[in-house]
Amino acid sequence: MTGYPVNNYETVVGLEVHCELATATKLFCGCRNAFGDEPNTNICPVCLGLPGSLPVINRRAVELALRIGAALNCSPRRSIFHRKNYFYPDMPKDYQISQYDEPINVNGWLELPDGSRVGIERAHMEEDTGKTTHVGGGGRIHEAGYSLVDYNRAGVPLVEIVSRPDIRSAAQARAYVDELRSILVATGASDGRMEEGSLRVDANISVRPLGATEYGTRCEVKNLNSLRSLERAIDYEVQRQIALLESGERVAQETRHFDEGDSTTHAMRSKEEANDYRYFPEPDLTPLVPDAALLAAAAEGIGPMPAERRRRLSGVLGEDSELATRRDGSTDQVVTVVDLGLDELVEGAVAAGADPRLALARAANEAAANPEEARRLDPRAFAALIKMESSGQLSATQSKEVLSELMSQGGDPSQIASRLGYEQMDPAVLASMVDEVIAAHPQEWRRYCDGDEKVAQFLLGQVMRASKGRANGKLVAAAFASRRGSF
Amino acid sequence: MASPAPEFASLAEIAASVRSGGISARALLSQSLGRIRELEGDLHCFNEVTVEVAEADADAVDRMVRSGQDPGPLAGVPVALKDNLCTEGIPTTCSSRILAGWLPPYDATVVSRLRGAGALLVGKTNLDEFAMGSSTENSAFGPTRNPWDTGRVPGGSSGGSAAAVAAGIVPLAFGSDTGGSIRQPAALCGIVGVKPTYGVVSRYGLIAFASSLDQIGPFATTVADAALGLEVVAGHDPMDSTSLERPAPSLLASLAEGVSGLRVGIVEDFLSDGSECGAAVVAAGEALAIAGAKVDQVTIPELLLGLPAYYVIAPAEASSNLSRYDGVRYGLRVDGPDTETMNARTRGEGFGPEVKRRIMMGTYALSAGYYDAYYGQAQKARTVVIRAFEAAYRNFDVLLTPTTPSVAFPFGSKTEDPIEMYMCDLCSIPSSLAGHPAVSVPFALSPERLPIGVQVLAPALGEAVMMRVAASLEAAAPREARGPVTP
Repeated sequence: MTGYPVNNYETVVGLEVHCELATATKLFCGCRNAFGDEPNTNICPVCLGLPGSLPVINRRAVELALRIGAALNCSPRRSIFHRKNYFYPDMPKDYQISQYDEPINVNGWLELPDGSRVGIERAHMEEDTGKTTHVGGGGRIHEAGYSLVDYNRAGVPLVEIVSRPDIRSAAQARAYVDELRSILVATGASDGRMEEGSLRVDANISVRPLGATEYGTRCEVKNLNSLRSLERAIDYEVQRQIALLESGERVAQETRHFDEGDSTTHAMRSKEEANDYRYFPEPDLTPLVPDAALLAAAAEGIGPMPAERRRRLSGVLGEDSELATRRDGSTDQVVTVVDLGLDELVEGAVAAGADPRLALARAANEAAANPEEARRLDPRAFAALIKMESSGQLSATQSKEVLSELMSQGGDPSQIASRLGYEQMDPAVLASMVDEVIAAHPQEWRRYCDGDEKVAQFLLGQVMRASKGRANGKLVAAAFASRRGSF
Repeated sequence: MASPAPEFASLAEIAASVRSGGISARALLSQSLGRIRELEGDLHCFNEVTVEVAEADADAVDRMVRSGQDPGPLAGVPVALKDNLCTEGIPTTCSSRILAGWLPPYDATVVSRLRGAGALLVGKTNLDEFAMGSSTENSAFGPTRNPWDTGRVPGGSSGGSAAAVAAGIVPLAFGSDTGGSIRQPAALCGIVGVKPTYGVVSRYGLIAFASSLDQIGPFATTVADAALGLEVVAGHDPMDSTSLERPAPSLLASLAEGVSGLRVGIVEDFLSDGSECGAAVVAAGEALAIAGAKVDQVTIPELLLGLPAYYVIAPAEASSNLSRYDGVRYGLRVDGPDTETMNARTRGEGFGPEVKRRIMMGTYALSAGYYDAYYGQAQKARTVVIRAFEAAYRNFDVLLTPTTPSVAFPFGSKTEDPIEMYMCDLCSIPSSLAGHPAVSVPFALSPERLPIGVQVLAPALGEAVMMRVAASLEAAAPREARGPVTP
């Protein structure tokens, strides 16, 4: 589907992002909110919707919902729950308790790394459904031989963040979800794991001739399980809709399913979408009024948002172009460090004199392996370790070992280094190791002297092996270089 | 021929006797079970007689007494529960085929409170299917008969509980009242039935019919016994979000304070010319005036909006509440080639005609395009009723109406015309819509020697004054107007 005048059309996208809240328990009962447990182990009469059971709101979920709203610059308001009625086996009550026309957060916005703003229409609360596995018939309910339902997820708290149709490209949609994910993680409201379904995205996509003021007819695309799927689905839909319009046809308003296999979208069976949800106010719950206590609890976890923290960290690192070049290697480290809440550690270490690049790298790679421990690190101890590495006192391998020890046990990096036997090698021993490696690999040495830099790694590796990792890579490289120079 | 109806001592006296070791819980239980053996064949009050559970309850009470512990204010009192109150491990059917085989894994809050107070659970009583009806003729398991005349209905939907108390099988029973389902059968069976203020008794474990209206309440032969029963089950429950955060009302202490100075309004709008029930209300007003109350007539025509509003709101909520009976998780399942057919067959065979009628009406009332005209309009009417009550209660402490337009009617006389059956609730519905308390007190006998109830209405949380007025009416009523009776 190419050859159509894509440039004559404008893409219009609005996104609905479902975010599972990282609460200890479910939205309306005390069952554990956990991913990956044995099916149907975190269930009770309430989340199974057994006759006679009643929902009771989880106050923590309300706080997190308000916190998300605040982070997205929304206004909090008195809200109520509605029932959304439809029959589906993974919905224990055959209705979903959700907020409808009186949501808890309205009218916010999100600033993207490129400086553009996307309006947030609402961020409302609702309960998740169970999870159905259709067995046989290609995984679709209508052809399945039988279905298995796991209700562990039923009643897990969700916040659905509905953007305004302000997004104008697949790339901007991706940047929006990326940024939203960072914010959700930073507020502690979500673990942000798309692959575990913690974040799920539906896209409302339409196109219109450039300059048009009315929106085109939109299609809602579901089953977008990754940022890649999101981008591909938008690309496909835009092409499809333009093709329709160019051939004089109309875009039908419908719900479409994204097929990860061939990156296309398909209209869902009309039966799957032709629902009259018969919304009405949930009589089992009372209105939520965001009183001072709730707002205070919600505000507690709101520090500077990721965009601001990335700016600050980049400033400390001396990179002013971070926002524009988020996707290159070095700035992904900034994103990671901010996402994991390690930016204060890096900033503290830099303030204590550590090399910014090395501190960032160790935080984004090694410390990131265990962010909880890393967040407890003393920035001064971390700085001391980075200094030992950059001064050549420790090799990179040794530095990583010491860091691991430092994170799990705490203590003083130089003491840990000596306990691990990472004393600086005697220069004479190192020199003789270098000479032995040269003598043992004359061909490689000659290639190195002829300017083959690739073989340098090999020679370095031989010394590292001989020294059992104790040799400092920088000193070894320097030793080889000086011997080549005098050859 | 059954033995004459036992003249119960008051519940307080029974419990005192058990607590002091004067009579055993086992002995009380034997009387009750003996009465069931004599009468159950004629009356069909019970869906399940829980002999073993009651024996275990009784033995536990007797053991406590022997070991010097206090079993509680209902020590040894045999109690019957409407079969829409969940009882752990005991079938709870709502008199519907669709719950066949289901054993609740938990007790309703009222059930735990009754057990905690020393009551003995002797059985689960018959009702109109899912509490939808006014005669108990809608039970899937056959009707209950009125002990005053077994050719007539006991009223409904809590007909089994009312008949069990009226026949002297148990001194205390519980039902649920959505539009009159406690008060109407209490009136038709010549006993006292209380619908408390919405939120005074926890609904947790009450299988929902219409959540914004359902309320659990007691049946007893005297006002004092009903008051004690209500005191035991009332009070805040964290499992029900609509449960009021206040302690159980104190009712017994003030029952004997009389009505001197109270302002009583007789609602003219429900006194249809020449009806025996209307005449009883006028007589009740005269009795209260003699006792020192200031009695006036008042017209509140808005209350007549209650019936049509109720028959939109209650079915609307019911259509959603009853969605969960889909054959997937519990109860009846009638298999089909796919999920939708299985759902449809299960519900088609599992629900009786009145339940289906209300699901259809409620679904229609909530449908897109009809919501405003039906559900929205009914909610406005509900507000009009509430405002009209507010205005009336500026001038009156309580209001008097007939409980029912007529005395107990013969089986089959209203089953052909749903509207005529619905009219049974004309006088009881307005306080349900307002969430106000109301009590039916036996006050007179018709020429056919059938009991006639008078209804006392009070504003929200006006139970104490309402029960004082009820006690005063009871004192003025002829003894033969109230149960127990032997069929």
